[in-house]
Amino acid sequence: MALLEVRDLKVHFDTEDGTVHALDGISYTVDAGQVLGIVGESGSGKSVSSLTIMGLTRSRNARISGEVLFDGRDLIAASDADLRKLRGDDIAMIFQDPLSSLHPFYRIGTQLVEAVRAHRDVSKAKAMDRAVEMLGLVGIPEPRRRVDAYPHEFSGGMRQRVMIAMALINDPKLLIADEPTTALDVTVQAQILELIDRLRTELDTAIVMITHDLGVVAEVTDDIAVMYAGRIVEYADKETIFANPEHPYTWGLLRSIPRLDLPRDEPLVPIQGRPPSLILKPAGCSFHPRCPYVRAAHKRIDPQLVATAEGGRHSVACLLPPPTRQALWAELQQGATPDGALERVDVPEEAVDVEAAEAGTVVEETEPAKVKEDTEAAR
Amino acid sequence: MGPYIIRRLLYMVVVLLFVTAITFLIFFVLPTADPAALRAGRSPTPETLAAIREQLGLDKPLPVQFWLYLKALVLHFDFGNSFVNNVDVRSLIFDRLPNTLFLIVGAAILWFIGGVTIGTISAVKRGTVLDRAAMGTALVAISAPVYWFGLVSLYLFASDIGRFPVFPGSGAYQDAHGFFAKIPTLILPWIVLAAAFAAVYARLTRSNLLEVMSEDYVRTARAKGLTERRVVVRHGLRAAITPVVTVLGLDLGILVGGAILTESVFGIPGIGRLSFDAIQRGDLVTVQGCTLFLAFAVVFMNLVVDILYAFLDPRVRY
Repeated sequence: MALLEVRDLKVHFDTEDGTVHALDGISYTVDAGQVLGIVGESGSGKSVSSLTIMGLTRSRNARISGEVLFDGRDLIAASDADLRKLRGDDIAMIFQDPLSSLHPFYRIGTQLVEAVRAHRDVSKAKAMDRAVEMLGLVGIPEPRRRVDAYPHEFSGGMRQRVMIAMALINDPKLLIADEPTTALDVTVQAQILELIDRLRTELDTAIVMITHDLGVVAEVTDDIAVMYAGRIVEYADKETIFANPEHPYTWGLLRSIPRLDLPRDEPLVPIQGRPPSLILKPAGCSFHPRCPYVRAAHKRIDPQLVATAEGGRHSVACLLPPPTRQALWAELQQGATPDGALERVDVPEEAVDVEAAEAGTVVEETEPAKVKEDTEAAR
Repeated sequence: MGPYIIRRLLYMVVVLLFVTAITFLIFFVLPTADPAALRAGRSPTPETLAAIREQLGLDKPLPVQFWLYLKALVLHFDFGNSFVNNVDVRSLIFDRLPNTLFLIVGAAILWFIGGVTIGTISAVKRGTVLDRAAMGTALVAISAPVYWFGLVSLYLFASDIGRFPVFPGSGAYQDAHGFFAKIPTLILPWIVLAAAFAAVYARLTRSNLLEVMSEDYVRTARAKGLTERRVVVRHGLRAAITPVVTVLGLDLGILVGGAILTESVFGIPGIGRLSFDAIQRGDLVTVQGCTLFLAFAVVFMNLVVDILYAFLDPRVRY
């Protein structure tokens, strides 16, 4: 049985501007000791998914549905008190900004001891010993002395080490790392990733690594889920994502990071446009307004995540027929621009991957002009 | 920290010197009422006036008068003698100081605990009926003038004139003797003085706490699996309360100089009442003494607050 199984998780927030579809049905599993990378832009729903597992998105205006099975227990249905007991004990989390994630008024030791004593009935001295041990494990020099320091007396990298020590202090089965290296400079990033990787092998903790940086997931993950507008649009093991990605959005992500194995004058290609509003999502495929290979049918049909022909864990939510996708990616790998690739690969006007379309829902074609008017009127 | 405190103390001396000079100028140069004439009684002869002037040192040039005043103030903490009844102003102030302190410390405890508690509950229950009711009441309490609220409370609850004679009324404080006997007589004044402050503190606590509760470190506290109460109190309130404590220090500084309205309405012989009476009688030396004392209290509490801040927030080091 998988340690964590997320099934059709949906999180909608009712706001004054309308309903924010932060998560629109995502599913994945994580086994013990496995590392899953969740990749996406800001606003793709990647943080909401992890906060929801922890029960931290619960609020009066949040509507949460689906299942989150942790060790077989459904966390969506669990009571607040039960979830609290899991948080920081079996499931721990580290956050993006270590500078602001530690309480500025309390000593490091106090904050670590608090984490232990929230779940274990041990003396303060015992908990402090454990804190010192963990600080040593994450590579903080002179931990016995440093427990008495305040967070502002640490550098950013050291604070993230403290956060990791705090997260792992109760031997969690699952660690959720939400952009753990984003706020750090590059050399420190590498150290932190190395540390996370080492601790995973030593402690056999499963990890969900959330990031917008494919370079980060390339280092440490087993599987990668690419998220866009509250959905998973592509899922595969790490090698497949980098070698044979099939979703145009994944292509865009890959081509927007610098690579050492390509010529240095190779231009980086940003993905055009902006992530869509989660209140008023585009009809059909959410990515269609930004997709260079969009066809008329893609604006009507909402593609679903389906397994690719090659099997394994690879699945994609794209309406382009698989042979077309593979041909396009081959062109892009040769260094072609999206337009150049389109010239050489024939994408028929009504091209639709039948499988993805059948699973998907066909929506009534909305007049693009009307949608635009509506948005402008709403402003 | 040591050098910082010394620097602040020197700065305090400079500020007080300025305040002394300005009050001296205002009270001795500007008013048309001649202290000697006030002192001399009805239709004095010019000789009497001159004698009084000489006796009080009013015939000397202004800088000399100021120098003498300053010398007495610094060397003997002497605020001079009241021209009206020839009483030592220092003893006037210090006789009344305990009454003012009794009033404001009691009220401060009431408004600090009350304000912070209400503010916290309001923040935690944001948007609920409870929150709206608390903040609505706070708005009323802030808007209501103290003298009006004081008189209404007397009219409703004072044992002599009240509709519901529950608490001792105006003047009861002076009639009661002994610390414990005076406590019941202060219940109404405490509530009246505390009400407006409690409302301000409740709003301040609420807005600070709401801001702090969206901080990353509060999310961390939740992720640690702490109980919600612990998250709010130990992590949220601990950070949100620091600015509130600062304001408390400054408010106390101002009130040590006298809670004029409350003291007047309830007949409590405090420093506020003293300056009020002195102003009415044109007793300049007393008014000046009270003003200087207020200035001293404010500057001193500023220093205390700054030092306290370093203890409350470990990031602050001087």
